[in-house]
Amino acid sequence: MSEKNSNADTESVQSNTIECLNISEKRVGFFVTCLVNTMRPSVGFASITLLEQAGCNVEVPELQSCCGQPAFNSGDDEGTRQVAYQTIEQFENFDYVVLPSGSCAGMIKKNFVEVFKDDSEWLQRAQNLADKTYELLSFLVDVCNFEPENVEFEGSYTYHDSCSGYRSLGVYEQPRKMLSKVKGLDHKPLNGHSECCGFGGTFCVKYSDISNEIVAEKTENVLATEADYLLGGDMGCLMNIAGKLNREGHTEIEALHTAEVLAGLATEIVGAKNARK
Amino acid sequence: MHANKPENFYQNVTEALAQPDLKMIIRRTTDKAETKRAEAIANFPEFEKARQQGQKVKDHTIKYMDHYLAEFEKNAAAQGTIVHWASTGEEASKIVLDICRQHEAKKVTRSKSMLGEEIGLSHALDNSGIERVETDLAEHIIQLAGDPPSHIVWPAMHRSREDVIKLFREFHKDPTYSEEITDLVRSARRDLRTKFLTSDIGISGSNFLLADSGSSCTVTNEGNAELTITPPKVHIVTAGIEKLVPSMAHAVPLLRLLTRSATGGEITQYITFHNGPKRPNDADGPEECHIVLVDNGRTKMLADGMEEMLRCIRCGACMNHCVVYKHIGGHAYGSVYPGPMGSVLTPHLDSLKVANKQTHACTLNGRCEEVCPVNIPLPKLLRALRAESWQKKYEPLTNRYVVKAYAQLAKRPRMFQFVSSCGVVFMKLFSRQGWIKSMPFTGGWTRNRDLIEPESKTFMQQYKASKKAKSSGGR
Ligand code: SF4
Repeated sequence: MSEKNSNADTESVQSNTIECLNISEKRVGFFVTCLVNTMRPSVGFASITLLEQAGCNVEVPELQSCCGQPAFNSGDDEGTRQVAYQTIEQFENFDYVVLPSGSCAGMIKKNFVEVFKDDSEWLQRAQNLADKTYELLSFLVDVCNFEPENVEFEGSYTYHDSCSGYRSLGVYEQPRKMLSKVKGLDHKPLNGHSECCGFGGTFCVKYSDISNEIVAEKTENVLATEADYLLGGDMGCLMNIAGKLNREGHTEIEALHTAEVLAGLATEIVGAKNARK
Repeated sequence: MHANKPENFYQNVTEALAQPDLKMIIRRTTDKAETKRAEAIANFPEFEKARQQGQKVKDHTIKYMDHYLAEFEKNAAAQGTIVHWASTGEEASKIVLDICRQHEAKKVTRSKSMLGEEIGLSHALDNSGIERVETDLAEHIIQLAGDPPSHIVWPAMHRSREDVIKLFREFHKDPTYSEEITDLVRSARRDLRTKFLTSDIGISGSNFLLADSGSSCTVTNEGNAELTITPPKVHIVTAGIEKLVPSMAHAVPLLRLLTRSATGGEITQYITFHNGPKRPNDADGPEECHIVLVDNGRTKMLADGMEEMLRCIRCGACMNHCVVYKHIGGHAYGSVYPGPMGSVLTPHLDSLKVANKQTHACTLNGRCEEVCPVNIPLPKLLRALRAESWQKKYEPLTNRYVVKAYAQLAKRPRMFQFVSSCGVVFMKLFSRQGWIKSMPFTGGWTRNRDLIEPESKTFMQQYKASKKAKSSGGR
């Protein structure tokens, strides 16, 4: 648990458990995120499966794009607002908004309000959206009290905590708790589990060489665990670490999004991949 | 070693990454610092409370800066200290030089002060022909080597033991031929001792200025600040105005945070409160005391909404825990203050135009904020500087176009999804066995890592198709 968030998180967990009683009556808007949309749709389908297993009534608004981080992190506040307007309009009427990514959820939860400081109407709407936005894995545990049942997946895994998930949203226990219920799966702790992997959105292309040094250290730690799978909750980090592993010729370990494993999709994905090879 | 410039950041980074031992050398210090800090915090259950207290003290003093500055000036003057005000670094250096000239000083001793570096005092003294003696061991090493500092707590961390052995043999009058650390330290001590006693003026920085007593506090491990200040006839303090706290009681929580965050120690060897010139019955001490209070961009930071940065107590924890600093080291930043805190400070001390690249050299992972003992939201401040830089159009044109094109697209979801699906088709052209090794427009990524092959259709395409199939099947 991050040093700073611990108190706030326990509070939010408690207040949320009360609400979870009639989750099926709540409308959950699913924000796919652009990396999942383009690079790994299976994570999106796995997320919907899990949310439905948890009893949620899931809807996927068709008019959605991106959370706006590339503009926000580049300092383009006006561009961020342009992207945020339609996200707020599309999602503000749901009871909950869930994203399969700590960094995109963090963007809506923490950063939208930053760009609407001088616009009280939109600030209010951004705050309203922020209050009901969740990262998938923490939503499943903290709000839905979800436990995966009858999921089997053979092998050992190590876990990379994304910086935004871990430090900004306090996601740590939730994925581990759910993964411990998966039959056949062993956890191998990762040294420096919450150290940045060097992705950082635009950072990894702007400062590719620094990013490369950082991710090389991450892959070293990942390989040292001798785990079969690297799991995480953010596609950005996973693509970065997996891409570096592959560049270094390490095919002995495979990166999967936690949702894919929990939804029981992992066997198919790994199988399909091996068939292609 | 030549001093890097902040505006050459890209080049500095390339040079730093090309140095084969740099990473190992940095890690030797930062890894130890990280471990020791973690142990110290684990043994300090009140840490969170102290941190909030520390933040409050700083915020309060900053808010009532005018009041406390006036109080400090009044109380310092009452002790016989002469207070000077400098709005720029240049002005501050000039005040110090003028005092040196008045006293016809030939030699000055200095204890470590980052503010001294900030205002360019080393160069100013060297250019004036006055002999400058750095008395902090690490500062002594980089003075011999002619290096700028690479860290705010361990300015010589980039130098290896072998380097130090060589430097001491070359420059010390009576050098040691042993390679043991204790012998090396002794050699430095021998060399410095005589200089302490023959110095005309002692110049120090300050960790805290106490408004209610007009005193200045120094925190060291070597006792060199005490020896710098006590023997010479004249003592000059240079300090940033943000060093102010209302009283000793307010300095204590900050002291507890400072030592633990910097070195992991519960306390340092020497914490001294200096109270003006020698009084009639005092056995020793300077006869004349000056304090130069330096603004150098600080009030502008207040006006620009960067007041949180003025809380900084210069502990260095943010750089010790920064993944970028740990790979490129302090010199690459090209400024006195490196790492996260430096990337926020330098644009104010120098200009955002020359130092905006550093604000982007950060993954916004939040580790620095997590360890900062006074809760400075460094990532938020860095992001705010990026926004300012964007508004002032300092970013390279290509970056601006790419980001603008992205925003134009992302605000139109239908277009965005269409372009995403085209992207998938395009990427597929370059995929082999599940991976893309290189393709147009992804140079930054594929330069160092492979890109996973996407599925054949985007999520939205697949989702819509399955929804359609479901609804037509149901009819
Ligand atoms: S910003 Fe915080 S962590 Fe960094 S030097 Fe200042 S007080 Fe220490």
